[in-house]
Formats: sequence, C-alpha cells, structure tokens
Amino acid sequence: MKRLRVPKPFIFAVAAVFSGFVAGALLMLIIGKNPIVGYAALFRGAVKNPAVSLSAVGQTLIMSAILCLSGLSLAFAGKVGLFNIGAAGQMLIGGFAASVAVYRLPTDCPKALTIAVILVVGAFGGAVWAGVAGVLKARFGINEVVATIMLNWVAFWTVDYFVRNYFPRDAYVKTTSRVLPDAMSLRLQWLEKIFDSRFVNFGLFVAVAMVVLTWFIMNKTVFGFELRAVGANRFAAEYAGIHAGTGTVCAMLIAGALAGLAGVTYYLGYVTSIQVGVLPSYGYDGIAVALVGQNSPGGVAAAALLFGVLRSGKDFMTIETGIMNELADCVIAIIIYFSAAIMLYEKLSAKLTKKRAAAPAAAETGGGKP
Amino acid sequence: MPPVIEMRNITKTFPGVAANSNISITLEEGEIHALLGENGAGKTTLMGVLFGLHRPDSGSVYIRGEKRRIAGPPDAAALGIGMVHQHFKLVPAFTVTENIMLGTKRFLLNTKKAAADIAALSARHGLGVDPHAKIEAVSVGMQQRVEILKMLHRNADILIFDEPTAVLTPQETAELMKIMRSLISQGKSIIFITHKLHEIKAVADRCTVLRAGKVSGTVNVADTSAEQMAEMMVGRKVSLNVVKPPPREGQPVFAAQNITVWGARRETAVRQASFEVREGEILGLAGVDGNGQSELAEALAGLRKIHSGSLTLRGKDITRASVKKRMRQGLAHIPEDRGKRGLILDFSLADNLALALYDRPPFSRHGLRDFNQINLYAQKIISDFDVRAASGGQTSARAMSGGNRQKAVVGREMERKPAVLIAVQPTRGLDVGSIEYIHKRLLALREDGCAILLVSLDLDEILELSDRVAVISRGRIAGVLGAAEADKNTVGLMMAGAGKGAEVT
Repeated sequence: MKRLRVPKPFIFAVAAVFSGFVAGALLMLIIGKNPIVGYAALFRGAVKNPAVSLSAVGQTLIMSAILCLSGLSLAFAGKVGLFNIGAAGQMLIGGFAASVAVYRLPTDCPKALTIAVILVVGAFGGAVWAGVAGVLKARFGINEVVATIMLNWVAFWTVDYFVRNYFPRDAYVKTTSRVLPDAMSLRLQWLEKIFDSRFVNFGLFVAVAMVVLTWFIMNKTVFGFELRAVGANRFAAEYAGIHAGTGTVCAMLIAGALAGLAGVTYYLGYVTSIQVGVLPSYGYDGIAVALVGQNSPGGVAAAALLFGVLRSGKDFMTIETGIMNELADCVIAIIIYFSAAIMLYEKLSAKLTKKRAAAPAAAETGGGKP
Repeated sequence: MPPVIEMRNITKTFPGVAANSNISITLEEGEIHALLGENGAGKTTLMGVLFGLHRPDSGSVYIRGEKRRIAGPPDAAALGIGMVHQHFKLVPAFTVTENIMLGTKRFLLNTKKAAADIAALSARHGLGVDPHAKIEAVSVGMQQRVEILKMLHRNADILIFDEPTAVLTPQETAELMKIMRSLISQGKSIIFITHKLHEIKAVADRCTVLRAGKVSGTVNVADTSAEQMAEMMVGRKVSLNVVKPPPREGQPVFAAQNITVWGARRETAVRQASFEVREGEILGLAGVDGNGQSELAEALAGLRKIHSGSLTLRGKDITRASVKKRMRQGLAHIPEDRGKRGLILDFSLADNLALALYDRPPFSRHGLRDFNQINLYAQKIISDFDVRAASGGQTSARAMSGGNRQKAVVGREMERKPAVLIAVQPTRGLDVGSIEYIHKRLLALREDGCAILLVSLDLDEILELSDRVAVISRGRIAGVLGAAEADKNTVGLMMAGAGKGAEVT
C-alpha cells in the first residue's frame, strides 16, 4: 500500500511559480494585453526558432547555467545554515583571478589546460573570498551576512583598482579589462557551431556537473551529513563530535568555489572581459534561485532554467506584443515573493500546530519527574 | 456549603488532541486536592481553563457555587485564585516587597506600609520571609515562599501549586508541606499539581487522577495506596520498587581529579570536583538544579572545557580529548536537553539513531554513507527500545513525542555498549511506564559492567538506582556516600550545602 508521496517542498515551489504566473497574467490583463499571447511570446523568445538557429536556446541555457551555479552556491551554504549573500563578490573575484591567470598563460597553451586553469583558479578565488567570511563566523561569531556583503564591496573596489591600473582594455578604455581571445576562454568552437552563438561555453557542463556533485556530497557522503547536521542543529552536531566551526568554514569554501565557477562562466565565457563598476547581478539572482529551488540541487537547476527562460525571452515578448519587458521581471519578483511567503507560511503553520498540539504538555515538561 | 471551585464536564480539544474530555473536579474549602497525571494527561490545560487561558469547548466553572466566565488571569485573580508557578516570576535585583508590589495598579507606592503588611502576612503563615531581602540573595525555597506571599498579598484564598517541589531539597519540601498545612488551617484551599506520589500521601486530602485527558478517578488519599494511584495514572500495574542485584566490586573506569569547569558567564560552575565511577556501578550525582551538575556533565562529555584537573577513562587521560575521541574510547552521554543536544529534529529517526556512529563502518565506507546499514541499525534500536514512530526509521524526529524521543536517545547511547555512560536526567518528562522501562535498562547496563554516572534532580530516582551517591552543592562535591548511608535526610542536608562547609561562590 505504498503511496507515491510528492515531497512538500516540491509542491510549494510549483505553487509559488504558478502563483507568479497568474499574478503576471493579471498584470497583463490590467494593461490591456492578452496574457496567453504574452506568455507565448515570452517562451518563444527563449527558444525562437530552433529549427533555424539554436542561438536563443543557447542563450537561455548559458544564462541558466550561470544562475544555477550562483544558486548552488547559496543553496549549499543554506543547507549548512549560512546565508551567502556574497556570491556576487565571489563571482567577481573568481572571474578576476582566473583572468589574471590566463593573462599569464602562453598563447599556445592547450585548450584543455586553459580550461582547467580557469576553473581551478576561479573556484579557488571564490573559495578564498567566501572562506574569509567563514573563518570570521567560525572564530569570532561574526554574522556571515554582514561579512559577505562587506566583502562584496571589497571585491568591487579591489577589482576596480587592479583593472584600471594593471589590466585595462587599452590606453583609452580603463573601465573594462583586457579582452581575452576566444581561444583563451571557456568558449568552445564546436559549441559555437551547434548553438550558433559565441556566448555558449564550457560553463554549461560545469553547471550540470556541479548539480550532480553537490547533490551527491549533501546526500550520500559522511562529509555532507556532517555539514547538514551543523546546519540543522549545531548543538546536536557538537554532541555527535562534529566540529561546527570546521563545518562552517568548509561550507563557505565550497559555496565560494561554486560562485567562483559562476564567475568564470560569466566573465571568461559569456563575456570575455570584466567591466568594473558593477557587481554581477547573477550573484544576487542566485538568492532567488536557491529560494525557489528550496536549497536542493535539483530544485536549483529547475529554478535556474525557469529564470533563464524568463530572462532571455522577455525582450522578444516586448518586441512581439508591446508588453514591457519589466513585466517578466515582475513575474520573477512575484515568484520570489510567493516562495518566501510560502516558506514563511510553512514555518509559521508548523510552529502553530506544534504549539497547539503541545499546549497540554508543553508547560509540564519543565520539572523533574519521579 | 458549595465547593470553592467546581469545574463541571470540561471538554477542551486542540486540533487532533482531546486535551480534556468531560473532566469534573471539585475543590472543597480547606482541603488540599492533589492533581496527578502524566505529561500530556491534561493537567495544565485544565488549569489553563480555570485561569481563562483556554476557553473550554463545553462545560462550566463554578466558584463558590456561582457560575463564572473567566476570560483571563485578571478575572481569576479577582475571584481569589492564585497560582504559584513552577518557574518563579520574580525580579532578582528587587527586594521581596518590591517584587510583591510589582504590578500593583496604583500611581504612588507606599513601600513602607507594604513591607509592614508583608511582614505581618509572613508571620501569620509562618513563612519567615524578610520583606527587605533582595531576591537574588535568598534561597530557592525562600523565593517560592515569596511567590506564595505574593498570592496571599493579593488576597488569593484558592492557591494552585504547579509542581512546587521540583526545585526543592527534601528539607525544603518538608517545609513547604508544613506551610501548605498551615495555609489550610487559615482557611485557604489548595490544588496541588505533582507527579510525586509520596508527596500526595504526605499532604493531600483527596486526589484526582487524570489519564489521557480523562478523569480516571478521584480518591481519598488516606484510603488509597501509592501503587493504586500509580495504576490509575498509567492504566496498568506498575512496580514502584526497583529490584537491584547487589553491586560487584569493579575497578574504577572513569575518574575525575580536581576538575574545575567554568559556566556560561565564566563563573566557576564546578570547583575541584573529584570522584570515580567503577565498573558495574551506578554513581548517582544528586543536587538541586543549578549547582553545577549540568556544566560538570558537559565537561565530562567533552562539550565544555575542563579548566583544570584531569579526567581518565580506563586509565587513559581524556581531559583534553575531543568528543569523538571520547566516544571512541567508550563514553556515551544521554544529554540533559534532548531537543537541543540529543536529536537533530529535522533529520530522520534513522539518521539520529546513527548520530554517534555515522562515520564508522559499517555505516559508512570511504566517506560514503551506507543507508541500508543505517536503517537496519535504526530498526534494531526501534524494536529493542520500543520507540514508537509513525514511519519507522524514516519518521522525522520532530514528529515524535517527547517520551519516544527520549527513548531514541537512550537507545542510541545504550546500544553502543559503552564502558561509561553519563546519563543526565534520563527520565525527565517521561511517563511512569517509560521511566520504569529506562530504569530497567540502566540496571541491565550496570549488570553488563558499564560504569554509569546518573545525574538527576530527582532524589528518589538517585536513591533507588545508585550504588553510591555523590552530592554536588554550589559546584563542589559535598561528599560521596555509600548506598547504606545515603538516606534522604543526609543527602538533602548535603544538597543544601550543610555539613561540609558550604561556601558562597
């Protein structure tokens, strides 16, 4: 009599997404547009005409890959009870560190080695940046939210300084770093051919691999169990002999590495230079992706794909239907709101039912018993 | 004459639980009426109805023969009903008088007159409270009397004592009983909530027993034995006496030498404590709550730093060893707070049952967890220790009742066949049946040669199970007594710090 049980988080996430789309439809109706036509255009924009060219599909996929990696960064930290709001800074540092490493590589370096260097250095850069916050938290109890936000700005100005002074594009444009040739980035010629787009790069595979890897670590390994234990109840984790501080640092290192990988996919693949004066918005969108994906790797991948579609299809929707592309952002925002609200509701209702059920017993548990 | 309180056919359901179903209880003037029941039997809900904290689904409350609607504690207070809470609601930095006047709804406070009133009131009831003493400077027993005075000062003549003896030494308990008797002679009426049968026998006139939200009977205490009341409470025969084979003269396996431990505020919580636990022995650690036993237990388990002194397990020094190392050496620990330390509530029961062994074969190999082995092991503990969980090992620990959570923790620690077990309040908050069961398992473990340190606030439990009793008072081991010399009186005096030169820290 085994009943197939759909996990609650999944239902909640789907409900949030559905509510977001309904609310978006209402907005379209209010401005006098047909929501069916609008959404059709939005989704068509994300794939365009795949028979002729896969470029729109590629665009959607690579955006999703970056969102996915940055979402995984937040989700991984989230599982350990940490809020890594600094994925943007870690992306920037990861991308910058990898760029500097590639500048040093000989131009005839084999492609495989170049890619390996980019990934390792990028992940390392992000890990170090997030690790600082992890150590601060573990050693001195400094809140990781505050630390990572501050580190975002440290990254912002550090990269700004070095790009302007040491790696400017040329003598005139100093706000962008020296542009890398495609051969020295994560871009692959055969991918470009398939997708008819230079943006699509090796990061696509990195994202898929990381989804599998983080899922595996979290659910199958002793290490992941320890990290989750620290996240769920650090006192019980200590009781079981798990060092909570070590767990915190490890989790931040991994979260940072994932953000670093998002950074190289963006700065050394999607584009091939770093523009100073902006933190990558993907770093912040990762928060929403992790939220909607409920911190699970599979959920994050699905959420990233959805947000990727909305992001890449919105301009086409505007052109086709005249619905302003901010409306797609509205849909995203509403989905985020609903996700947050549903999680809050779930927490509150759990608390309420627990209180009610426990009410007769709660007050009695205080004292010693015979 | 009508009874001072009559609660008639009270029914109160919370979603999914009938906390009270059709409960009737009467409190006659001048009687001490005990309310007995296990956790979750509905005592607190019933009192909540009386104080207007819960609105009953049906049934009514009569005070001195008149039907009343009590909408909240102020209504109850106006009717002369006062509660002496288990956890005192006092401001430590205030004097007795200031605490009692707290909440007085008047613009000007006449402290002098109030102090005189309180002194008079205290004298009349033989409470011996100094109205000018600061709360932080007086003993727990005295604080409780301040709580009583507070109620008397507000002209309460129906007093409800919510497990008042949980925080008291035996001597203080005896004093409280005297005070309760004296209150009765002054025309007050008392409802006495407790789990302790001998206290009911000592002081109560009648006793109403609740079981699973229903009244299982109201009896005259004089005509009823403790066993009969226990049976009414649990619903089956309970043996109140532990059968304990004689101790074997084992070797010391766990020894503490002059251990000093700091508390959360860097105060010295445990001072120069020395003791040893032998193979196949239960050493009881008796003491009033807050005298350093929690800190000591945490330090022994490796969760708190041992500031000075040394600790050995089977001859090996483990003073600075990590929690994991201690576990590997054969140390097990039933923690005081199972919700905080003992279980990860968001994890499955199986994960929780493997919490001490998760990183060792056969539960994991090469860093990968073996879920089959974990589930098998969990299944064994679940059936061995009668842990009730809706979906077995996959049940979320959060969904389990307090008693079953405790059984899970106890089972996990005992299943490891430890050389040393530190059991901190292993039966706290459990029903009589589960307590009986856990006691049996502790004794079985003792038979197997485990050295057990039993830390409990319940002196009866300590005296029943222990082969020797160490008494802790203000962070010092006041003495270690053999089972023969450890009687309630001696231990109680030592708990209060008497005899062996008590010192204020």
